[in-house]
Amino acid sequence: MTEITPILMPKWGLSMQEGKLTDWHIKEGDEVSVGDEIMDVETDKITNVVEAADGGTVRRIVGTAGEVYPVRALLAVMAPSSVSDADIEAYVNAYEMPANDTEDEDTGPAYHFVDLPVGKIRYSEQTGDKADQTPIVLIHGFGGDLDNWLFNIDALAEHAPVYAIDLPGHGQSVKSVDPQDPAIFTQTLLDFMDHCDITRAHLVGHSMGGLVAGATALDHPDRVASLTLICSAGLGEDINADYIDGFVNATGRKDLKPVLTHLFYNQSLVSRAMVQDLLKYKRLDGVQDFLTKLSAAAFNAGKQARIIADDLAALDLPITVIWGENDAIIPASHAENLKRVTPHVLGSAGHMVQMEHAGEVNKIIASAIS
Amino acid sequence: MARIISMKDAVNEALDQEMSRDPTVIMMGEDIVGGSGAPGEDDAWGGVLGVSKGLYHKHPNQMLDTPLSESAYVGAAIGAATAGLRPVAELMFVDFIGVCLDQVFNQAAKFRYMFGGKAETPVVIRAMCGAGFRAAAQHSQMLTPLFTHIPGLKVVCPSNAYDTKGLLIQSIRDNDPVIFLEHKNLYASTCDVPEEPYTIPFGEANIVREGGDVTIVTYGQMVQRAEQAADMLKKDGIEAEIIDLRTLSPIDMDTVLESVEMTGRLVCVDEANPRCSIAADISANVAQDGFDDLKAPIQMVTAPHSPVPFSPSLEDIYIPSAQSIADAARKTMEG
Repeated sequence: MTEITPILMPKWGLSMQEGKLTDWHIKEGDEVSVGDEIMDVETDKITNVVEAADGGTVRRIVGTAGEVYPVRALLAVMAPSSVSDADIEAYVNAYEMPANDTEDEDTGPAYHFVDLPVGKIRYSEQTGDKADQTPIVLIHGFGGDLDNWLFNIDALAEHAPVYAIDLPGHGQSVKSVDPQDPAIFTQTLLDFMDHCDITRAHLVGHSMGGLVAGATALDHPDRVASLTLICSAGLGEDINADYIDGFVNATGRKDLKPVLTHLFYNQSLVSRAMVQDLLKYKRLDGVQDFLTKLSAAAFNAGKQARIIADDLAALDLPITVIWGENDAIIPASHAENLKRVTPHVLGSAGHMVQMEHAGEVNKIIASAIS
Repeated sequence: MARIISMKDAVNEALDQEMSRDPTVIMMGEDIVGGSGAPGEDDAWGGVLGVSKGLYHKHPNQMLDTPLSESAYVGAAIGAATAGLRPVAELMFVDFIGVCLDQVFNQAAKFRYMFGGKAETPVVIRAMCGAGFRAAAQHSQMLTPLFTHIPGLKVVCPSNAYDTKGLLIQSIRDNDPVIFLEHKNLYASTCDVPEEPYTIPFGEANIVREGGDVTIVTYGQMVQRAEQAADMLKKDGIEAEIIDLRTLSPIDMDTVLESVEMTGRLVCVDEANPRCSIAADISANVAQDGFDDLKAPIQMVTAPHSPVPFSPSLEDIYIPSAQSIADAARKTMEG
């Protein structure tokens, strides 16, 4: 019954154990293509539209809108018309619904901490069935953390082991670091890969993380199997300096929330929990000083300080560029600056395109690494 | 990294980290180190409920066990603060403030004003507050209104472990006298708390839950009860917004008024006695500055105007319940 494709309650981050299926966008009999919106899911942290990771015909809707389901519960089934209704019925009946109180974290990402020369670094690791594949390493942007990949880690782990790190100064990694040292991020990335015995990786970087990935590839091309740059820094000099300054200087909910709306096309995605989590990060000792110094080092008179587009174009390495068409932080026109690469510019998406159109982005990354 | 710890451990960690960071941070109080009858440092009590347990080993020169004389050591702490230290005086139960109130409200609270802004008094007075501990009328009061009334004092009363650590570190670094009230019934409550030091600014309320139908404003132990009430209301389709004030002085009236502008309905919940309470203060402010937004009379849910009873069954009735909060919210929805 391999032609049967289940639609499951997604797992967004380590802490998610259940989600509320708030609404269906599909019904039985619909033809679904990759990237189509199929359902709305709400958790205590975030509400988002789930996009189809696979295409097919919806044969059975199992989940009821308004109900809460554990992670990986079967919500719908897709299959071609050649599969009989009896087989669909058998599949649904045989599907083992996960228990609600899942202590079992085997399949979910796990947070780890490692002491590297720079200090303590947090990362997550998720290895599915494809442990033998070249791993993917996800690198977040300025002020971000590994939870920026909430909607990507689970899906990408179907293709290769997935690692995501908190860069120094970010998330739950060491804060007492000097961001004026330009090698701090690339050296940490290499040290991290050594620690995890990753000789070569597919580097996927978002925003400033794209610049970190690109700079690592330029200095150590032997360690990089491919590059995927999402709304990446380093491809042109424009940057929304108001956003950077606003983010660095915001001290409370009221000044941070309006700044964060610039990150999204669908600004309702900026939830109270998202603002709270960022405030918690910004209020840790050392973070304010770190972000101030980092923005001074990375941006010069409202322009990006380091451009590596031409150097990357000359590099003999598969490169994929993804952008949100409505990116208000780094303009989508930068996607054209990396000669020889045809970019994927996704409509109705802002700077956090990997969250807003996770399904499409996951598909592009999956095909880029295969 | 964040891990789940109790509010009691959050207090301990904040004190530990601040004493490590800054040698001028000191602790004074009764039984905070050894305690009467303890054979030595190794069996230290660490305060009447063990909040400062283990700290003396790490900071032997920064912790002073005092005689049973609040008027002496609270006064000494305030004097030391004016002379360059950052003392944290532990009053044990806030109900004992009576014997040292002059030092607090007539001295510490006045120095900055009376010395032309040139004097700083960075002292923190920590104390346990609140009812529900079967400790009777002299060890159970919620005296937040008493301190909030006095200009020159900052008043903090956190509802969870995360806020406790950030607000206590902020209190220690603040250059004014801070009354830091820890609800003893919350010491065992747990949540995610980062290991690193962090601060939460004063005068910033936390929106615990968003909802468009009715605003519930409270602080301290009553936040949990308000959340239980919101769960009850949700079953009836009523979405309550819960605002945790976190600090009573300064107070974040903007967040309250903005919420009432949206909901048009307000329930003020306070574990303190009703007359001249935080609930009464919030109600008066909203009646003055948000009157046009109100769709129904403001409701107050407080303890009765009586001392805290010693009888357990009476004490349970004395403390505002989730049911009474939900009932008050429903009352604002009538008509």
